Amino acid sequence: MSRPTPFHSRTGPLCEGQRWINWAGFLSAATYQLDHLHEYNAVRTGAGLFDVSPLFKYDIRGRDALALINRVAVRDLSKCRIGQVFYTVWCDDKGMVIDDGTILRLGEDYFRMTAAIPTLYWLQDNALGLEVAIEDVSEQFAAVALQGPTSRDMLQSLTDVDLSGLRFFRCTDSKVAGAPALIARTGYTGDLGYEIFVRPDDAENLWDAMMEIGGKFQMLPAGLETLDLLRIEAGLLGIDADFTSATQTLFPVQKLSPYDLGLGWMIQLRKDFFVGRDALRYEKAHGSRWSTVGLELDVTVLEKFYAEYGMPLHLPYTAWTGAVPVYADESQKRHIGRGTSGMWSPVLKKYVVITRVKPEYAKLGNLIWIEEVVEAHSYAVPARVVKMPFYDPPWKKA
Amino acid sequence: MTQKYDAIIVGGGHNGLTCAAYLARAGRNVLVLERRYLIGGAAVSEEIYPGFTYSVFSYVVSLLRPEVIRELELAKYGLKIHPHGSVFTPMENGGFLASYADEAKARKEFSRFSPRDAEMLPRFHEVMYKMAFAVKPIIGYVPPNLTKPSLRDLGTLKNFGQHLHGLGTDSFHELSKIMTMSVDDFLAEYFETDVIRATLGLSGIIGTMLGVRSPGTAYVLLHHYMGELDGAFTAWGSQEGGTGGISNAIAGSARSHGAEIRVNAPVAQVIVKNGSAVGVALENGDEIYADLIVSGCDPTVTFRKLVDEKDLPADLVRTIDKFKYRGSSGKVNLALDGVLDFTAMKDLSLLSGSIVICPSVDYIERAYDDAKYGGFSKRPCMEVVIPTMVDPTMAPHGKHVVSIFVQYAAYEMSEYGNRDQQREAFGNAVIDTLSEFAPNLKDLILHKQVLTPWDLEQQIGLTEGNIFQGELTLDQLFFLRPAPGWADYRTPIRNYWQCGSGTHPGGGITAGPGRLAAQEILGGKL
Repeated sequence: MSRPTPFHSRTGPLCEGQRWINWAGFLSAATYQLDHLHEYNAVRTGAGLFDVSPLFKYDIRGRDALALINRVAVRDLSKCRIGQVFYTVWCDDKGMVIDDGTILRLGEDYFRMTAAIPTLYWLQDNALGLEVAIEDVSEQFAAVALQGPTSRDMLQSLTDVDLSGLRFFRCTDSKVAGAPALIARTGYTGDLGYEIFVRPDDAENLWDAMMEIGGKFQMLPAGLETLDLLRIEAGLLGIDADFTSATQTLFPVQKLSPYDLGLGWMIQLRKDFFVGRDALRYEKAHGSRWSTVGLELDVTVLEKFYAEYGMPLHLPYTAWTGAVPVYADESQKRHIGRGTSGMWSPVLKKYVVITRVKPEYAKLGNLIWIEEVVEAHSYAVPARVVKMPFYDPPWKKA
Repeated sequence: MTQKYDAIIVGGGHNGLTCAAYLARAGRNVLVLERRYLIGGAAVSEEIYPGFTYSVFSYVVSLLRPEVIRELELAKYGLKIHPHGSVFTPMENGGFLASYADEAKARKEFSRFSPRDAEMLPRFHEVMYKMAFAVKPIIGYVPPNLTKPSLRDLGTLKNFGQHLHGLGTDSFHELSKIMTMSVDDFLAEYFETDVIRATLGLSGIIGTMLGVRSPGTAYVLLHHYMGELDGAFTAWGSQEGGTGGISNAIAGSARSHGAEIRVNAPVAQVIVKNGSAVGVALENGDEIYADLIVSGCDPTVTFRKLVDEKDLPADLVRTIDKFKYRGSSGKVNLALDGVLDFTAMKDLSLLSGSIVICPSVDYIERAYDDAKYGGFSKRPCMEVVIPTMVDPTMAPHGKHVVSIFVQYAAYEMSEYGNRDQQREAFGNAVIDTLSEFAPNLKDLILHKQVLTPWDLEQQIGLTEGNIFQGELTLDQLFFLRPAPGWADYRTPIRNYWQCGSGTHPGGGITAGPGRLAAQEILGGKL
């Protein structure tokens, strides 16, 4: 049975439809209002407040902390300064992605890692012979993400730290609403935003303080269904949507490398040994099976398919995830990949899909076809390969 | 000074800009001339009071055609619309009705008044959805000429006939009713509760000098249900930063294809030579020449002010002179120091939707009675929108702007003295009435802007202050808009075209007339 997070006394009554999603064993609101529309708009215009406590969090300390992190992550964390945050994936020794997350460098020999799935054993297994202390602090911290254009102004009114000096992917110790807190300028929305870690005992006060001033900053509490839309627009991958952890799949065909997922940019093949390095070197030299690209559907064609049944155009208002066939031709003969997360983007007024295709079809501007089912008939809808993130506002990094 | 363009658009309203954008995309060298210091016509955002941005005139959007959003890439140029989630109706007895976008929630709310009405709600929605779908193709057609149909006109009629046939008998009957009935009679077929009929019925009289019991108003209701912003027939909403953002997005798209837009450039006259439009003369005396001239202004300005009547057939002049404007609404914009506090309920989330002051059907009809012979409603109907409940860009944190659409206000209100006195009296009636429902209103007002129909005419050139460039009654729609025989965006003057809301498919921020006019100008292909 799922457990409540430290915010549950507050989030529980706010969750109008009482629709909860099991996130790592915790109760996580799907949406607070009956549908996600206003929450979504709040994040893209004002701010949204997400309870992200269920994230797994690990503290890694000691002389060899950096060595351990660098052995696990594909990025080179020696480049990560104190107070900086890196997004990275970690792989198995075949170079297949286990999970992704952020790593916060809190001191010379002190890192905090966030993860979507339990990772303690993996860190321990890789720490053999290293002088390092690994602690699962998942439940020692409650966390919220405050995301959206007004998030800075709003958070600033609750803390003494000068947030104008806190750059994208940096973090700082602070007090928020009177309690000690770690603020990281990170998020899963592709917008201006912060993640704030506090002790569980301070969680309710933090939530209350946010809700009390939230109205002035056009803020709404927001749930996971909303988050899914935002992260797709931001071109951010979702575990169990756009990939499955290599540790949770039984068959090689289901495992994916960072190159397959469009994350090749983060791999530092020239740093010292890290798990998966040799396999990734080989893949780099010999080519990958897949490319991950953005896709934009031609809805005028989709509209015509609906019109064949006398129906108006239907668009996916909530995000879909899974495996939708993608073809090189309209006749659906040459299968070349799959759409993994898709949505109608209200802010872009476009139907966008995160898609995995054979690399030869990944060129920007390429025309390919994706399956849409209309009245239980399969249709191929033309779509263009476009750049991700789909949505990338200038204030995200400003 | 002589310059030569492929096309000059007179008036930088949203339809003029839309037409310009399509012509520019087709490679035409286009110039837009706007009289005011900013583009947008009735769709403008202005910082009238420092720090506060008003959607000065038009304030909500839903009908903007999805094909225009797509083709002109408006989201890329700043279109961003926040749908409203509710309609809140405070009542005179201290109660209220909250009509939520979520149907289950609305049904529960309706059942406080009538369990039967609660059950009728989904059926009503279904009918309106079907009706909107039924008339939707019309929005995309260039109106056919029924007396002298061309091959294309016959094709249009055939397509539409087939579409109607496909809807089935029930829908056809329902459609016939909605085209002819009064909005209250139509709603009474579904709902017995007065406040429910009043709330839904308000959309039937917007911009129309008729009461909820006047025949023809049911269509005006339907006109408000045809929005397709996100694919289906969806809710009304507010553009971020005010409705000027929509005009700016269209202008941005037009400019990206090379269109030139000039403000502070009032056109005095369209230059006509041998029955052909060849250019325009500005009020400052400059003359600019072009192969064709397109007017985005209303039919009276287009036919009776910009050109000489000797260039027009007498029957058209007569029809235009009889075209019904009868401005029926005014606008009050407020800057507030804090949040409005309604006596009827304390749920702030209801303030982020639309708030309507129309507590009963009789209230609306009496408001009409007051203004029928001139003047304005002593206790007017209003739609109040507080965009700053969801939009941080229009006022400082914690402060608000309030947009109040007021019905009825007649063009003629001389009983209240001169125009300044009329405006003052009208503004007071609005503030006093709204204060009855939200008593803290007067204490919060930092600034107010009051606009009567006469002000709309003065400021943005809408004849008699009609917000739709002419009423949306059946006798002025489709192939009758603005005049029989001249509904295809052409005029009797060669190379002189029309593209304003006074043409099909009519008023509201639809961009439909601008797009269809461009399509005609370009020979049917965009």
